[in-house]
Amino acid sequence: MDFELSEEQRLLQESVGRLLSDRYGFEQRTAYMKEPGGFSRALWKQYADLGILALPFAEEDGGIGGGPVDIMIVMEAMGRALVLEPYLATVVLAGGVLRHAGSKVLRAGLIPKIADGSLVLALAHSERQSRYDLADVATSAKKDGAGYVLDGAKGIVLHGDSADKLIVSARVSGKQRERDGIGLFLVDAKAKGVSIRGYQTIDGLRAAEVTLAGVKIGAEDVIGDPGKASPVIERVVDEAMAALSAEAVGAMTVMHEVTTDYLKTRKQFGVPIGNFQVLQHAAVDMLMATEQARSMAMLAAMMAAEPNAVERHKSVAAAKVQIGRSGRFVGKTATQLHGGIGMTMEYKVGHYFKRAMAIDVSFGDADHHLATLAKMGGLLAA
Amino acid sequence: MDLRFNDEETAFRDEVRSFFKKSLPENIRRKMVEGKKIGKEDIVTWQRILNKKGWAVSHWATEWGGTGWSPVKQYIFLDEMQQAPAPSPLQFGVYMVGPVIIAFGNEAQKKKFLPRIANIDDWWCQGFSEPGSGSDLASLKTTAKRAGDHYVVNGQKTWTTLAQYADWIFCLVRTNPDSKKQEGISFLLIDMKTPGITVRPIQTIDGSREVNEVFFDDVKVPLENLVGEENKGWDYAKFLLGNERFGIARVGLSKERIRRLKELASIERVGDKPMIDDERFRTKIAAVEVELKALEMTQLRVVAAAKNGNSNKPDPASSILKIKGSEIQQTISELLFEVVGPYGLPYQPEQIEDDRVNEPPIGPDYAAPLAPTFFNWRKISIYGGSNEIQKNIIAKAILGL
Repeated sequence: MDFELSEEQRLLQESVGRLLSDRYGFEQRTAYMKEPGGFSRALWKQYADLGILALPFAEEDGGIGGGPVDIMIVMEAMGRALVLEPYLATVVLAGGVLRHAGSKVLRAGLIPKIADGSLVLALAHSERQSRYDLADVATSAKKDGAGYVLDGAKGIVLHGDSADKLIVSARVSGKQRERDGIGLFLVDAKAKGVSIRGYQTIDGLRAAEVTLAGVKIGAEDVIGDPGKASPVIERVVDEAMAALSAEAVGAMTVMHEVTTDYLKTRKQFGVPIGNFQVLQHAAVDMLMATEQARSMAMLAAMMAAEPNAVERHKSVAAAKVQIGRSGRFVGKTATQLHGGIGMTMEYKVGHYFKRAMAIDVSFGDADHHLATLAKMGGLLAA
Repeated sequence: MDLRFNDEETAFRDEVRSFFKKSLPENIRRKMVEGKKIGKEDIVTWQRILNKKGWAVSHWATEWGGTGWSPVKQYIFLDEMQQAPAPSPLQFGVYMVGPVIIAFGNEAQKKKFLPRIANIDDWWCQGFSEPGSGSDLASLKTTAKRAGDHYVVNGQKTWTTLAQYADWIFCLVRTNPDSKKQEGISFLLIDMKTPGITVRPIQTIDGSREVNEVFFDDVKVPLENLVGEENKGWDYAKFLLGNERFGIARVGLSKERIRRLKELASIERVGDKPMIDDERFRTKIAAVEVELKALEMTQLRVVAAAKNGNSNKPDPASSILKIKGSEIQQTISELLFEVVGPYGLPYQPEQIEDDRVNEPPIGPDYAAPLAPTFFNWRKISIYGGSNEIQKNIIAKAILGL
């Protein structure tokens, strides 16, 4: 049992942390948000130079061969900086599908381009009605010669408006909420029949609603075994939840630090408000919530590559419960303890709060995963 | 970063697990599972089994009988013992006064007391709290005045757990009434058979008699029973209270209680199905399991930091162990009460206290201890520095507020 980072991991933590602390001031972030796609292409290139876009991919595919702990390190730093770039969408989600199900040809064609920063990808999986049910897919894929034709609509596609290519899930057989019968397809964003409506999300990031009308897919762009994609999707979403957990911990850490500093500097009644016990205890509650979340983000990272899918999912779901609850609590308390200034767009705490809330409602909120975990019999065998 | 135990740690876990399975007397194990009263005899019997194996004082310095285990192994040992479930060796001797004597006592005190603590030849109790000194412990008023070759102790201690069995009490006493309150306190070891000591039981809300008042009326204590230096007792007390890092969260115990909860929830029924399949109830169980998992991970972070020798600077994680650990234990005790519903109502202390009672219990045979334990366990967030005091400490020491 060991909670230490390796020498390489410490270097990774330092270099990502340094880049982001240099380049992600509050005003810089506001400027990046106004760039096309709502993020900084220049920084994206720097991520490529740093190697973090290649991080989780196998060396033989042009990657670095990092694991979930390395992703945790990067995502926590990104949570601290509140980054806008499509790292989760491209590297963790779409990249995850390629790692676990992509053919050799697809991997060879796409991964080097992800790694060098020239390709942005998005995973178009959830739909208007699906909420957090990963098996609820109404979009259809009908056999068409050697390929398929896709029809349907995808919702809340993270960074779907800046992606060059989309990985789209669609049903090749079975009923709408059946786990079997789902396939994954690589779709060019400019392909005929694809329309993309992009928008800003509440936390300042980007997403899109994607409509597919008779989109033709060649045999070479079918990912994995059509109809058998659910285990791949579940695995990738578990990896994404582990990554988001680390990002949330970064955001919570900043909210806690900023709030504690504020309590030391803001004066009322002639003293720093941190002299008041009621506020001290609220700050301690924030610390506890953040540390419990950090512990569970570590668990999620260490279990994300667990071969037993049931154990993997239980651990990640438990982490997501803790992250959701802690994130909400820390965000609400940070805002409350700041008073009026915490309510303003020009102050940073509110932006972290929004990101923490966005993370909770991504891929299943705390209540959803708690219900799932309860249904699976909890963590301890009776 | 790796959650798995290495081969050596896994082998060690298997070794302690099989020892507990083989050596823990079945009647003690059963009482632990059922939540019935563990008496003096049970604790003495079990601690002597542990001591014979060389494990009663595993965390002590090796020259006084410690094992020299790594922090990870100490953690595994405690976790497995709590899950067995086995009683802890007597806290007041093994985890409290023993380490203080090792760190600050003289050679004569070490030779006289330590082997007897390990083998529980002496039963120790703790004389810290007083009627007017709870959270403000340093305001304590029990005095010790020098008179020739001894001190004369006068005053009163309270909440003294299991003093009714005690051979010895370690006390914080005021030896200098004129200095700042923390600086006039000394740490004295007092033989409970000394004339002038009176023990009076206090019954707690669950009906049990664990705690007592202890009165000192011109009690003569030899000067040789002073630990360390006179007027430095507050430092030793802080050392004692800060020593609880590994045990305090009681993660292993909570795991065992959750298993019990699930077992009972699969027997009790709601309508036509077992309570464990009731969505509302099973979600409550899952919620506390998530909290417990987070606490276990937090505890492991603290253990790992200690293993890497970073134990001098307090890990922020360590400070939350007591608060979260107590909240979780209390939540589980509440769910165990809830699981029997109205059969938490019959008050049957004889079913908890006396293992040989012949009268059949009212209601299910597992119900009697559950409500009393819920009430009894409210103490966990109060003793050892209330959770509110813990938050004051964290605010000051970690957040700098």
